[in-house]
Amino acid sequence: MYWEKDVETMPREELYALQTARLQKTIQNAMRTPFYRRLFTQHRIHPEQIKTPEDLKHVPFTTKEDLRQGFPFDFLAVPLEEVVRLHSSSGTTGTPTVIYHTKEDLDRWTNQVARCLYMVGVRKHDVFQNMMSYGLFTGGLGMHYGAERIGALTIPIGAGNTKRQIWFLKHFKSTVIHIIPSYALLLSTIIRGEGLDPRKDFNLRIILLGAEPHSEETRRRIEDIYGAKAYNSYGLSEMNGPGGAFECLYQNGMHIWEDYYIVEIVNPKTLEPCPPGEPGELVLTTIFRDATPILRYRTRDVTALIEEPCPCGRTHRKITRIQGRTDDMFIFRGVNIFPMQVEKVLMGIPEVGSNYRIILERKDYEDTMRVEVEIKPEFFFGDLQKLERLRERIEAELKAEILVTPEVVLVEPGSLPTQEGKAQRVFDYRVL
Amino acid sequence: MAHQVSVFAENKPGRIEKIARILAEAHINIRAITISSANGFGVVKILVDQPQKAFEVLREQGLPVYLQEVIAVVLEDTPGSLHRVAKVLAENGINVEDAYGFVVERGKAAILVIQVEHEPQAQSVLERNGFTLLSDEEIYRL
Ligand SMILES: [Zn+2]
Repeated sequence: MYWEKDVETMPREELYALQTARLQKTIQNAMRTPFYRRLFTQHRIHPEQIKTPEDLKHVPFTTKEDLRQGFPFDFLAVPLEEVVRLHSSSGTTGTPTVIYHTKEDLDRWTNQVARCLYMVGVRKHDVFQNMMSYGLFTGGLGMHYGAERIGALTIPIGAGNTKRQIWFLKHFKSTVIHIIPSYALLLSTIIRGEGLDPRKDFNLRIILLGAEPHSEETRRRIEDIYGAKAYNSYGLSEMNGPGGAFECLYQNGMHIWEDYYIVEIVNPKTLEPCPPGEPGELVLTTIFRDATPILRYRTRDVTALIEEPCPCGRTHRKITRIQGRTDDMFIFRGVNIFPMQVEKVLMGIPEVGSNYRIILERKDYEDTMRVEVEIKPEFFFGDLQKLERLRERIEAELKAEILVTPEVVLVEPGSLPTQEGKAQRVFDYRVL
Repeated sequence: MAHQVSVFAENKPGRIEKIARILAEAHINIRAITISSANGFGVVKILVDQPQKAFEVLREQGLPVYLQEVIAVVLEDTPGSLHRVAKVLAENGINVEDAYGFVVERGKAAILVIQVEHEPQAQSVLERNGFTLLSDEEIYRL
C-alpha cells in the first residue's frame, strides 16, 4: 500500500530533521541564483541564519511576479547544460514563468507522482489514459512519467478531442483516467449522447481529478456518473506540477509531501501565519529540487492544514481541498465570494446539470449577480411551477452559503458555452 | 386519451422557431401551442399529430421535454359550450391545472385541451355527461 514506506510513514521528528537538512542545502543552492543572492543582500540576510523551517520567516515571499521578472535565468541555480527540461506557464498575459529541471529533479518528481498514484491504488496492470494536455503544461508529462514508473500501460492521449477519448475508453478499457473535473462532467454528457453508459460500457476504476479546484459535491457526482473512485490532486508548475499533494484512499484531505516542500499557511492580507486549521494562502518552499529552488512561494491557493494523523499511516500532513484562489475571489455588495462556494451549492442539487456560470454586471450603479444554471432534462415534468420552485430553492441555498441573494436563471442543457480545458465560470462585466 | 408534448425553453428570441423547425423537419403537424413563462424561462405546450415521435425528436436535440396525458374535449364552436364543460368539472370537484383551446372548423367544432390532476376520473365524468373525447389517433386525423 506504500510506494516508499520508510519516507511516507517517517516519524514527524525524523521528517523534521530531513526537512532541516534539505532546507540548508536548498539555501546554499539558492545562493547560486541571481534572484536570491540579490534578495538576501537587500534584506541583509546571511544564508547561515536560515537553518530550520522556523528560520524561513526571515526570508521574504517569492511571488509569480518575481518569477516573471526573473525571466529567463534569475532563478536558475545550476549550469544550463545540467538542465534537461523546462516547463513554462502560459504567457498569455506577458512574460511566461519558467521552471528548469535537472535529470535528478525529473527523477524525483517522477517518484513523487508514482508515490501518489500508488497511494490511490494504481498498479502495473492498470491502463492509464492521461487526458491532460502535454507540452509546456506540467499536467500531462508529470503524471505520464509517474504512471510509467509504476508500470501501468500509459496512453498519452492528451487533452480534448472528445470522440477519440471515448473511442479509447471503450476499446482499451482504460481503468484509470487523469482529467479536469469540469471536463469529466462535460465528457459524460457526450458519452450519453452517443448512447453509451459510462458505468457499463467502460472499465474505469480510478479517476484522478486535477488542474482545477472543485467541490466535494462535484467529486461525488463524478464518482456517481462513472461508477469509479475519484481522487483530488494538487500541483502547480512552480512546485513541479502534479504530485504536490494527493488524496489517499480515505478521501479526506490531500497529503502534501513534506520531504519535498516546507508548508506554510498565511493570512493573505497580513501575511502572518494562520492558526492551525484556519484557511489561508498556501506558501511552499522547495527542498528537494536543484535547478530551480524557490523559497516561500505564494501559491495564491486558499486551503487549510489538517494536523490530525491520517488513518492511512502516512505522517505527511494534509491540506483541505482548495477553497479558491486569492485572485479569483470576487467581491459582490461588499461580500467576499469564491466561485467554489457557488459550485458546492449547485452540485449538491440533483436537478442541476453539469454546467453553470456566474455573471456580474453593474446596472444604474447597482451590482447584479446572475447565476445561470443548466437543468437536467430527466427532472423536467412539463410543469412551470415546479421549475419556479426549483429556481427559488437554488436562490435560497445560494443565499445561505454566500449571504447575498443572486438572481438564478434556469437555462436549457447544453446552452452554456463549454470548454475542453479549465472552465471559466465567472464573467465580471462590472466597470467602475 | 390524448398526449401533449411540453418543452422547457428559455425566454429568448428564436426558441419557438427552434422547436417549430425540429418538428417541421420531422413532418410533424402542430395543432395547438401555448406558452407560459416565469423568471426568464417558460414551458411550451404543444399538441401535435404524432406526440410520441415529437417527443423523441425533441429529446434527441437535447431539449428537456416531457410527454403528458391530457384530455381533448370536442366542443361546439358556439357561445356557452366552454361553460358547460367547466360546470361539469366544477360540480365533480375536478381541478383544472391548465387549459387551452383551438377551433377545428369555424362555427362548427372546437377542441378544448385540459390538464387535470386525476385524469381517469375527469375522463369518465366528461364521458358520462355526453362529451366526446379525442384520442391521439383522432387528433392525428383532424
Ligand atoms: Zn492518508
